[in-house]
Formats: sequence, structure tokens, C-alpha cells
Amino acid sequence: MNRFARFIVLIFAIVSILVTPVLVQAQSTIDKPLENPVDETRALALHKLLRCLVCQNQSISDSNAELARDLRILVRQRIAAGDSDDETLAYIVDRYGDWVLLDPPVKSSTYVLWFGPVVIFLLALFGVFLFMRRSRIVPVATAASLNAEEEVKLKKLLDDTQEGNS
Amino acid sequence: MRLGYIIPFVLFFALAVALYVGLGLKPRDIPSALIDKPVPEFNLPPVKDHDLGLKSADLQVGEVTLVNVFASWCGPCRVEHPVFMALAKSGEVTLHGINYKDDPDNASNWLARYGNPYKRAGADRNGRVGIDWGVYGVPETFVVDQGGRIRYKHVGVVSQDDLDNKILPLVRKLKAKK
Repeated sequence: MNRFARFIVLIFAIVSILVTPVLVQAQSTIDKPLENPVDETRALALHKLLRCLVCQNQSISDSNAELARDLRILVRQRIAAGDSDDETLAYIVDRYGDWVLLDPPVKSSTYVLWFGPVVIFLLALFGVFLFMRRSRIVPVATAASLNAEEEVKLKKLLDDTQEGNS
Repeated sequence: MRLGYIIPFVLFFALAVALYVGLGLKPRDIPSALIDKPVPEFNLPPVKDHDLGLKSADLQVGEVTLVNVFASWCGPCRVEHPVFMALAKSGEVTLHGINYKDDPDNASNWLARYGNPYKRAGADRNGRVGIDWGVYGVPETFVVDQGGRIRYKHVGVVSQDDLDNKILPLVRKLKAKK
């Protein structure tokens, strides 16, 4: 019986050895979902954040390029190996630079990119404010410049219209 | 108040200059994240029918080297190939190759047919080493200094002009530094 058990273990070991490289090979070259649905959801979310370097304005999730496929597989491998989302992104950024992120990180070289539009908007708002304040002063000045004679004339006109209406 | 009228013209001029400069930029040339960093850790077996593969240690032997990423399926690689053949003949700088995602037979035939300018050529069948090098399009050519650091990356075909005016001057500068 002991002999038989050892034989079974040996057979199992041999089969494992024969099968394992095939599995590893298959895992590394086929773009298929991870078995753990939580991990797969994370992988798919990361795929959307990474730029396809060949087509440039697509994420690797949308692209059919071969490199995009390789990167999708790589992301899944990193996640399967236990990397966090940030570690997985860092792994790819180390190789391809910030450029590979569709959302550029906020740092001194990207301040203009991130805050430029806000600054331009505030400047425009300030400009509009100045313009409106200036244009409002003009009618006020004209109204104040009515002399006594004009005031009487205006009052008369207003009275006339009121009588006409009633 | 006079100054107020000048502002739109100044803004227009600044925008025109910025857009003109933007026209000259090449968005395809992505700056490499690996410049001034050591070459990635890798070990590639030789291309089929060849003896010498390529690994990190081969680039850390105290010599300035060029590393060219190529493939038999890559059309532009054929265009730059004669430039590298001439370079190999001149012997000015050692050229190594990374055969990116290629079929072994095709790669071997390609080198047999057009000549092999590479001292060592590693076969990167699944492209993982390519990713470690930040490769996003073939061909790409790297200049590696004596200490095994990547100093320059050229994306696309290396013309004779690129070699003479960009790559070789840098190689000479690096050599002189030692």
C-alpha cells in the first residue's frame, strides 16, 4: 500500500512537471481574464488608465495593438503576483515614463497643464468684471447729467404717458 | 489705458509663437524614462543558429555600446540595416541586437540573408524584455555607456545622417570621458 501511494505521488509529480510549463506559457501569452473576479475588475480598471504607446490616444483597454495586448497581460501578471494598483502602475511608469498614464500626475512640470486653464479662467473673469464695472458707470453718469430743465421735461413726458394710459 | 489695447496683440503673438513651436514637435517621440538609468536586468538566449545571446552583464563591460531593437517583420528595420552593416564593418562601436517578438526561423533567415551586424543578438520571443527597455515601436536604438547606463534612445529608422550627427558624436563624447 505504501508502495502504491508513493507510486501515485510520483505519477502526480511527473504530470505536474509536464503540465506546469505549458500553463505558465499559456498564461503569459494569452490575453484572457484573471480567474479571481475582484482581481480582474482591478486589472480592467488599470487598463483604462494606461495609454497605448503605439496608438497614443487610446487606452490599452481599447487598443488592438500587440504592445497594448502585452501590457494588458503584464498588468494581470503583476496583480496576480500580489502587486497593489499603485505598484502595478509604478512598474509600467518606471519603464515608459509618466507619458504612459492617460491622467498626468500633478507635479512641478505639469502645473501649467493642470492649473493653466483655471488661471486663464480667473484672468478672464477678472477682465469681464473690469469691463462690466466700467460700462455700468457710463449710464449712471448720463443720468446724473440731466439738468433741471431736462428733469422737468422728463417728468412732463412721464405724466403724459400715465394720463394717456388711464 | 493705451496699454490695454496692446494686450490682445501680445496675447495673439504669444499664442502664435507657442503654436508654431508646437508644429515642429514630434508627438511620436516619447521621451524614454530610462535615460541615465542602468540597463534593465535581462538575459536573452541567442537568435536561432547564432551563438551569442545578450544579457545585462554584456552591457557592463566598460565599453560604450549600441543596442538595436529589431525584427524581421519590421519594414523600417530593413531600411536602417545597411547603415548598421557599414557601422559594424568600420568597427567604431560595438552593436548588439535585441530581436523583438520574432519567429526564430524568420529572424535567423533575415540575418543570414542581409548580414549580421550584431556582435550579440538576443531573442526576445514574448516581448517582455522589450517592455523592460520601454520599447514601444521597432526599430529603436539605445546608446549605453561604459557603466551600463542608457544615455540616449533613438526611435525609428537610424539614417546615416542620424548615425553621423547624433549617435556617433555622443559615442565619441562618452568614450572621451573615460
